[in-house]
Amino acid sequence: MPVQEKIITIICVVLGTMATRFLPFIVFPPNKKTPEFLQYLSVVLPSAIIGFLVVYCFKNVSFISGSHGFPEIISLLFITILHLWKKSTLLSIAGGTILYMTLVQLIF
Amino acid sequence: MNNKKAAFKAAFPYTLPICAGFLFLGASYGLLMTSKGFCPAYPILMSMFIFAGSMEFVTVNLLLSSFNPLYAFFLTLVVNARHLFYGISMLDKFKGTGVKKLYLIFGMCDESFSINSTVKIPEGIDNGDFMLFVTLLNQIYWVGGATLGAVFGNFITFSTEGMDFVLTCLFYVIFLNQWLENKDHSPAVIGIVSTAVCLLLFGADLFIIPSMVLIIAVFYVIRKRGENGICLFRKK
Repeated sequence: MPVQEKIITIICVVLGTMATRFLPFIVFPPNKKTPEFLQYLSVVLPSAIIGFLVVYCFKNVSFISGSHGFPEIISLLFITILHLWKKSTLLSIAGGTILYMTLVQLIF
Repeated sequence: MNNKKAAFKAAFPYTLPICAGFLFLGASYGLLMTSKGFCPAYPILMSMFIFAGSMEFVTVNLLLSSFNPLYAFFLTLVVNARHLFYGISMLDKFKGTGVKKLYLIFGMCDESFSINSTVKIPEGIDNGDFMLFVTLLNQIYWVGGATLGAVFGNFITFSTEGMDFVLTCLFYVIFLNQWLENKDHSPAVIGIVSTAVCLLLFGADLFIIPSMVLIIAVFYVIRKRGENGICLFRKK
């Protein structure tokens, strides 16, 4: 692919990304009243999306082959206990990551 | 100026896990690009202007296959469709942030969204400034990581396998925090179950849009059932 075509492809990806980010703000500008259902969505969606993102992170984990998702599941269980005990966001994230790296590098 | 400093101090700790994750993932991305024969300017500029991690990895393949800009555009819409959700959730929160709003929308990656939409910003701190610093710091980490990976990637000698799990941990801990804070767990359950069902049915490449449609549909049905408040299981 020549440089011009590469640049055009990249610009298309930039425009596509910006379209998905800006569209809701263009369709529902601040001076227009947001529809009632969307106001409701803006309250309930964040929690649902965080749930979505947790599952999203597991999209390439295979539970039937390889390490069967054990390192992931063990790490999440560990984080759950650590977080309920210490309630420190940074500690839980660091602890979970270090445990996971240890598991995939040394055990599984 | 002091207000800005306070906002920075409040925002910075929240971005630390993302710093670790983005430096690592960004560096892998920069390294991948240069290993495929691109000069460092590509990953640096792409991380700056696309600033959507998974799509940047997809773009590497687009650049290595035959020229098809329309396909590139529509593929991007599909891969990044989840941003529509983020926008809908932030319509009110971004109100009154002035010109900062443009950058807040431009830089709204998964991680910035997950912090800006869930963190209770301390009193006396300007919401716009707090969210601006979260977004800006995250982008600096990402572009910095991509730059380091592209320029120095071959010097990494310790094993970094599994380091990208830090972002999974981030989302999971935010999930736990939300769970502990909210009395009504149904939005979280709806998010998890709908996405898991769609992942099983449609597979890793196609589940994103079906999940979004299902989540909206479930909320729509619940809303239509005639509840007034946001608490879905509350008795009338």
